[in-house]
Amino acid sequence: MKYMALLYGEANAGPAAGTPEFMEMLEEFQSATTAMADAGVLVDSSPLQPPQTATTVRVRNGETQLSDGPFAEIKEQLGGYYILDCNDLDTALRHAATIPSAKYGSVEVRPLMVMGPR
Amino acid sequence: MAEDCAQEACAAALAQWLHDGVPANPGGWLVAVARRRAIDHLRREAARVRKEREAVQHWAAGEPDGTVVAGDDQLALLFACCHPALDPAARVPLTLRIVCGLTIPSIARLLLLTEPTVAQRIVRAKRKIRDACIRLRVPDPDERQARLVSVLRVIYLTFTEGHSPHGTDAVVRHDLCDESLRLARGLHRLLPEEPEVSGLLALILLSAARSAARVDENGAMVLLPDQDRSRWDRARPAEGRSLAEEALARGRAGPYQLQAAIAACHADASTSAATDWPQIAALYRELLRFDPSPVIEANRAVAVAYAEGPSAGLRILEALTASPDLYRWPQLHIARGSLLAQDGRCEDAVAAYREALLLEPALPIRRHIADEIAALRGLSAPPEET
Repeated sequence: MKYMALLYGEANAGPAAGTPEFMEMLEEFQSATTAMADAGVLVDSSPLQPPQTATTVRVRNGETQLSDGPFAEIKEQLGGYYILDCNDLDTALRHAATIPSAKYGSVEVRPLMVMGPR
Repeated sequence: MAEDCAQEACAAALAQWLHDGVPANPGGWLVAVARRRAIDHLRREAARVRKEREAVQHWAAGEPDGTVVAGDDQLALLFACCHPALDPAARVPLTLRIVCGLTIPSIARLLLLTEPTVAQRIVRAKRKIRDACIRLRVPDPDERQARLVSVLRVIYLTFTEGHSPHGTDAVVRHDLCDESLRLARGLHRLLPEEPEVSGLLALILLSAARSAARVDENGAMVLLPDQDRSRWDRARPAEGRSLAEEALARGRAGPYQLQAAIAACHADASTSAATDWPQIAALYRELLRFDPSPVIEANRAVAVAYAEGPSAGLRILEALTASPDLYRWPQLHIARGSLLAQDGRCEDAVAAYREALLLEPALPIRRHIADEIAALRGLSAPPEET
């Protein structure tokens, strides 16, 4: 069963860039990702560049509207994702809890839509 | 910090009190027999539960071996239905439906919800289990604590539904009481160190012991004060009392242990008049600290009335009638009626009983109310059916 772990956090949550704590956090990300790969559950993962690099696309009445920034101005923004392939939800949740974003923000774990027979 | 000290003091006092009142422990063989019976029960699978379980297992498609990983099948089902990933409001209805086989109307009345609400919550929870692939298994030790609160509540609600059933003319539903006892024993076997698990099992044993005496030869309900106590089972309360004592000795008092202590008070009294009502009232006050529920407050009111006189109890009940949700609870008005009658306020008592009737409680309760109203009207009780 495939799950997406969506990493949400506030802009200033977590250690500031350049601090030793920040380096520790990066290492934590690294070891969490490696552990998932070793466990054979990692399909894909990547951090995203910050929300200000985003462009939002909407097509209304045949007209394409572009706006600068993320789709909504909310406090917690999407910062990255993992795609995991696990036996069950509990396994996915256990891995999700090792991602540092869970400490500084929230990690939403959602199953991917299953197309056709499982 | 002060809270912890108070809790510890309370637990110590309760343990002491229970110890002073305890009769000789039952023989070791009694516990062994009970355990063997419990294991037999755990293995016995009712057809309806098996069907539902197979349905749930289909949801967990993708499991390599397709079997439940560990523990008893029904316990695994129970823990799955109480999974933290499920909406908290859905766990109890789901478990009552799938693990215990209660109907949706029964569940609705038990939880004071509407039937569409119950049905919707169950459907959503089932979909979540299927779509997010929640597996059927007993959680690992590090996860069990979090799941326990839900599981205990569900077993407790199942027992109360068996003890005071809705939607049937029966005074007691032994199938549900047996079910809840079986689940409680299974849980206790799995988690013998958990005081609240012992507390719940103790409570069920102590309360279920009164089953035989709660029904008279015509199938009518007999209330606690009028029960023939010689018909109370002896073995179960003895086991229940020793479990409660053992649990409280761990110093982590909790709602189920306290309720077991209250049930033990009743079990200890050889007659209704001999009941230690002040002790029971004090225990209810303790219980409110864990569970500030109006049902408990109403029970405390009754205990206070027995201990200090009807008007003291009525004061507490009148405060509860102000809540619109509680107003729909028949037992509140029955309690008011009883206390008003004891206070000599007959017209008010009849009015209160009539309020209770409007809420359409179960048939044995309606009969009881009818008897009470007739007695207050100075008429003789209706002739019993032959």
